[in-house]
Amino acid sequence: MNKVVKNAEEAIKDIFDGAVMMLGGFGLCGIPENCIAALVKKGTKNLTCISNNAGVDDFGIGLMLQQHQVKKMISSYVGENAEFERQLLSGELEVELIPQGTLATRCMATGYGMPAIFTPAGVGTEVAEGKETRVFNGKTYLLEYAFEADFAIVKAWKGDTHGNLIYKATARNFNPLMAMGGKITIAEVEELVEPGKLDPNEIHTPGIYVHRIFKGTNYEKRIEQKTVSK
Amino acid sequence: MLDKNQIAKRIAKELKDGYYVNLGIGIPTLVANYIPEGISVTLQSENGLLGMGPFPKENEVDPDLINAGKQTITTLPGSAFFDSALSFGMIRAGKVNLTVLGAMEVADNGDIANWKIPGKMVKGMGGAMDLVASAKNIIVAMQHVNKAGESKLLKKCTLPITGLGVVKKIVTELGVFDVTDDGFKLLERAPGISVEEIKNKTEGRLVVEGEIPEMAID
Repeated sequence: MNKVVKNAEEAIKDIFDGAVMMLGGFGLCGIPENCIAALVKKGTKNLTCISNNAGVDDFGIGLMLQQHQVKKMISSYVGENAEFERQLLSGELEVELIPQGTLATRCMATGYGMPAIFTPAGVGTEVAEGKETRVFNGKTYLLEYAFEADFAIVKAWKGDTHGNLIYKATARNFNPLMAMGGKITIAEVEELVEPGKLDPNEIHTPGIYVHRIFKGTNYEKRIEQKTVSK
Repeated sequence: MLDKNQIAKRIAKELKDGYYVNLGIGIPTLVANYIPEGISVTLQSENGLLGMGPFPKENEVDPDLINAGKQTITTLPGSAFFDSALSFGMIRAGKVNLTVLGAMEVADNGDIANWKIPGKMVKGMGGAMDLVASAKNIIVAMQHVNKAGESKLLKKCTLPITGLGVVKKIVTELGVFDVTDDGFKLLERAPGISVEEIKNKTEGRLVVEGEIPEMAID
């Protein structure tokens, strides 16, 4: 079993034009910086990106938007990105906005082998238009389908060569859910270790879900809102 | 008239010992500054943290540790991290006792609109639809009127809906209101604000029963 690849370029080399991808992260926290940079360099086009946010103008998925690589975004919140808003309002970019919990749980459902979920989020709103509903115990729920993604790209703190992953603090967010959801899952990690170095009690994503892993470099970890106390 | 901090302070009086609370972005975030003495409240941040602490000192800033508003924060003794599905799992399952969030419009039946202005603002709903669909108790912190002086407490929301019939209580710069079957029930007036003014600035059904006390602001 050899899941280790040399770098981001090698990890993403077969991501094709028109691929559907999941990208982990919340805002700029816990995003796969190395793979995004490699995708920008490779110039892959017509991508569908399932990601909670769309980065900012000059970082994260925003870098791919600048290069017009993204055909469709499936996200819950896309503020903080002027180029995104411009492409959306001009019709260049297709956008599906869905509730954050629905987004997370649809990723989870994929990894759990469940075709769909029922959620109350969005009942009676635009989100519910054209969707099947069902009443349980007097409350209405929407039927939402598991995602199908060709690739999932996640960022973890530590990983081993079997693909077992541990995330740090709130950089966990969507990463373990998307790690479960890709037909091919690529993990970039800050520390890559040999099997046995990570405590099995502390693994967040079991390696069975991960197909390729590499040690990322030069993490910028840009902060969107630096707030400090005295 | 209440300022933003006073609105947050008034909402903080609704907190009870042992509550798990989710605070939205904006005025709701300020509620954390006014948790009453002697009670213990655990703040949930929907990006994956229970037990949110204050902003870090300059040398403690960690880019991997943020809240749902993307601000750098800290943990507290007893904090826990989790993924986004579990985060909304605990919200959906009704484990979070109170949700405080902002709104652009609220209707007198408890409908809320706070995620989209067609043609103008398309930032997305984030976790708001999940929160309002599941929270047991929702308090809205909002401005009573818009910049043009028009009421934001309406008979019916004009903006795209976030959730139907979900708001329980509203605190604005003018007063405190419960959402009842008969409409917005005025509970308290802000200092110096008359019932007449509140009536004039509320488009939705307003219920005024007996003498309405002026809010105690300390």
